[in-house]
Amino acid sequence: MIDRTWRHGALVAIASLFILSACGTNGASQPPSAASVAPAMSASADTGASASAGAGGSTAAVTCATGSITAAGSTALQPLVDKAGKDFVAACSGAQIQVQGGGSGTGLTQVSQGAVQIGNSDVTAESKLASPDASALVDHVVAKQGWVAVVNTGVTGVTNLTTQQSIDIWTGRVTNWKDVGGPDVPIVLVLRPASSGTRSVYKKIVLGGAAEATGQALTEDSNGAVVTAVKGTPGAISVIGFAYYQQNLGQVTALQLDGVDATVDNMKAGTYKLAADGHMYTKGQPDGLTKAFLDYMLGPTVQGTTIPSLNYAPVK
Amino acid sequence: MANVAIPLGSNRLERTRSIRERIDIPRRVTLIAAILVVLVVALLLAFIGIRGTRMFFEGGVPLTQIFSATWDPGADPGQQTFGLLPFILGTIGVMVVAAIIAAPLSIGLAIFMSEIAPDWARNITRPAMEVFVGIPSVVYGFLGANVLVDVLRSNFHQQFPLGYSWFAGSLVLSIMILPTITSIAYDALITVPGELRTGSLALGTTRWQMIRHILLPAARAGLMTAVILGMLRAAGEALAVQMVIGNRAIVPTGIGQPIITLTSGITLDMGNTTDNQVWNMALWTMGLILLLMSLTFVFLARRIGRRGAAI
Repeated sequence: MIDRTWRHGALVAIASLFILSACGTNGASQPPSAASVAPAMSASADTGASASAGAGGSTAAVTCATGSITAAGSTALQPLVDKAGKDFVAACSGAQIQVQGGGSGTGLTQVSQGAVQIGNSDVTAESKLASPDASALVDHVVAKQGWVAVVNTGVTGVTNLTTQQSIDIWTGRVTNWKDVGGPDVPIVLVLRPASSGTRSVYKKIVLGGAAEATGQALTEDSNGAVVTAVKGTPGAISVIGFAYYQQNLGQVTALQLDGVDATVDNMKAGTYKLAADGHMYTKGQPDGLTKAFLDYMLGPTVQGTTIPSLNYAPVK
Repeated sequence: MANVAIPLGSNRLERTRSIRERIDIPRRVTLIAAILVVLVVALLLAFIGIRGTRMFFEGGVPLTQIFSATWDPGADPGQQTFGLLPFILGTIGVMVVAAIIAAPLSIGLAIFMSEIAPDWARNITRPAMEVFVGIPSVVYGFLGANVLVDVLRSNFHQQFPLGYSWFAGSLVLSIMILPTITSIAYDALITVPGELRTGSLALGTTRWQMIRHILLPAARAGLMTAVILGMLRAAGEALAVQMVIGNRAIVPTGIGQPIITLTSGITLDMGNTTDNQVWNMALWTMGLILLLMSLTFVFLARRIGRRGAAI
């Protein structure tokens, strides 16, 4: 009996170790590599008065504030907010910024309920929340983010899809690559869940609202799972964020959209259309650390250095 | 538990009040713990019950719509359809096929461990089973998505054109529930009195005849409980299944095609819907349905099993 109890205890301990390590791995696989983060700002003239006792670190080009805030939501925007948050905290002792994913809907719900100070979203609050809740939120557009259509590397001969071809593929009217200039391989559509920000952006900008052929598609719930599916499935096509494409170069093939390369420059120039604003919502006007962090997001360090390095486009 | 304290309380040796109170402390502590657990379960049921029915009361979705096969929550308001049939049938289908694969293997293994294995073999299989239990589901899912799906697609392309399929989900699940079924079945087998075995063998039966005609019928209730509890675990598993099943919201018709389950339906859309969307309410309804299915299985297991504390 004692032996049994002991063994069960040990088992639970081992199991929880496994679970913990699984969480750790999961966190580490998120886009920004924590180890490589170095404070981007070098010491320069203090651009403004410290909002409060910013202790020693306030000599950098950042207005410090103390306190603890949490930003949650969009996983497409998460790599950027995560990196900026780490840089900010590194420069400001006394500030703590937690950045979590969860999805655009989670970010909007939580900021609306006051559970977090900043809600990150790929889509506007009006498209997800009821009007009284949405109008209580203040929108801060911090970056422009782009998505790219990617196909399995076995799909050769196709380098570009027009908007019309994309619509035909996504709605299930075209089901073989040979109809768009590729090999005789059936097209396997890999979708994100219908509620995902990525999917709704693509549906709005490229498909013009047309309904996807969900009855013939696979659905995967994250950029990572989408890459795995596209990489492994002959004839597969999907859409992922720029940052995730950069991490999987060579694993999948990127396609042009209407003859335009999916690059940050083309997105900035406005010629590449599969792009959308990254929103950071606050409930009411921000103050304290929340305001300081949002100012930092819109300041020269993030807009000029962090954003280009992570394949987003600046808004300033 | 509670009746342990009764002989102490009615002890003829009259002690002072303070000592009796001191003896009573463990009883009170355990009683509070028991009440807390029951309270948490009751609150959980009430909460999911309330959230799970909001779709019908606040969302205005007719109750019958959940038996529709069309899942189209992203359509324009007024055109949305919240048919949950693909999810319900998908969950049942994945679970049943997993049990069909896992039950013979696990019960065979349990018979081997309880009746046939020499000590050294038992000393290996038992800890091996326990290690099995400790492997987190994401690892199974990861292996499934990167290895199993490829193997199915490349070697059985005719049956599994995409690899992501009902069968892939069931296979991954069957491995996950194998230790659950095995360990409960093993417990059921070793509690069969030894006299039955020796009596049977003394009458001249072979070991196989003894297992087939004496042991298995005697342990039948326990074995069925084992399979049901295994299915219960299968129904609730989300991550590993979602990674290999393809998540296509259609009514399943063949084990080679991608389908969807209640759990993967919830996890796919959970992060991107907000509190007051009917869509979000539909996810709670899926949770409620899953809970009702689990309760049914627990009830069945308790009905069948003579020993209630099998979980």
